[in-house]
Amino acid sequence: MNQLNNFSKGFLRENPILVLLLGTCPTLAVTSSATNGLGMGLATTFVLFMSNIFISVVKDFVPDKVRIPAFVVVIASFVTIVDLLMQAYTPALSNQLGIFIPLIVVNCIVLGRAEAFACKNNIFSSFIDGLGMGLGFTMALVTIGSIREMLGAGSIFGHKFIAEGADGILVFILAPGAFITLGFLIAILKKINKSS
Amino acid sequence: MEYVIILISAILVNNIVLAQFLGICPFLGVSTKTETAIGMGASVLFVMTLATIVTYLVQMYVLVPLNLAFLQTISFILIIAALVQMLEIILKKVSPSLYQALGIYLPLITTNCAVLGVAILVIKKNFNLAESVVFTVATALGFALALIIFSGIREQLALAEVPKGMKGIPIALVTAGILALAFMGFAGLV
Repeated sequence: MNQLNNFSKGFLRENPILVLLLGTCPTLAVTSSATNGLGMGLATTFVLFMSNIFISVVKDFVPDKVRIPAFVVVIASFVTIVDLLMQAYTPALSNQLGIFIPLIVVNCIVLGRAEAFACKNNIFSSFIDGLGMGLGFTMALVTIGSIREMLGAGSIFGHKFIAEGADGILVFILAPGAFITLGFLIAILKKINKSS
Repeated sequence: MEYVIILISAILVNNIVLAQFLGICPFLGVSTKTETAIGMGASVLFVMTLATIVTYLVQMYVLVPLNLAFLQTISFILIIAALVQMLEIILKKVSPSLYQALGIYLPLITTNCAVLGVAILVIKKNFNLAESVVFTVATALGFALALIIFSGIREQLALAEVPKGMKGIPIALVTAGILALAFMGFAGLV
């Protein structure tokens, strides 16, 4: 029951983007399509649960004073792994996401979970927490990406559903659309969380 | 001429916050008052320029010759963290008044993705050292500009009547969207 709670809190109650407002930079930058959102979400999820596991293993050996730099090195290592893997196996996606893959290092979600959860809990709980938070992050990214893609390009995951030759509302794929979509989504989720 | 283009492009056309989405956290976090926005802008200008120069030199004279370019992410983030920490200690000793003004923003800057982002962008764009410095200063100025404009709007927004659910962050994001729309008007400049 407790583990289930650790897993599910990342989706709605403590959703990193929509409720805690962490990691807004990649959220806004890579969600111009649902596919990009999914790719970024999964990359971050991998880094999140790997670093959560690793940090909960080493937490007893790391002196309290140097814990933040130590965590950052751990996170940066996993980010480098993801970056190199994506360059090798999914070069197109890697190109699309650009500098936002190395920037997972400074994504507040990852360091935030390390500091708030992994350095206080056992390996299994940390793994579940990382996975739940990561999937919650992915879900939010895909939602935002889908909305922007549907409104902006009239397609979803690259499949066009509006008439040939018709255009979407271009502004939703561009920068302003990102801010506006996220603003309204947060307002809606605030309402849902309040009424439940 | 080349430098002017870099300047205009980085400040207005490809504004780091409103077009490239770097440094959104401080953009939303410390933009409720114009005074703090100016302080944050100045700190970022200071740290970003210093950090880019150091990371650029490390990349060109250490990582590339030794074939260690894959360590870029790790080494850059450590350099930035160490630099911020050092700056804090030095400022405290040398100029207490400046430390008073910038002090609270310095620790926040380590996790500001704009600093690491610009350090990586400069390498990606194959700039030389002079171009890198111009680009970084311009980017930081763009950051400060967006932050100061936005804080001015938010000071007004605090007095406005906003629908209940949109209060706080949601309305701030929508406002930022409209600001981004305005900045898109500069797109044809370069």
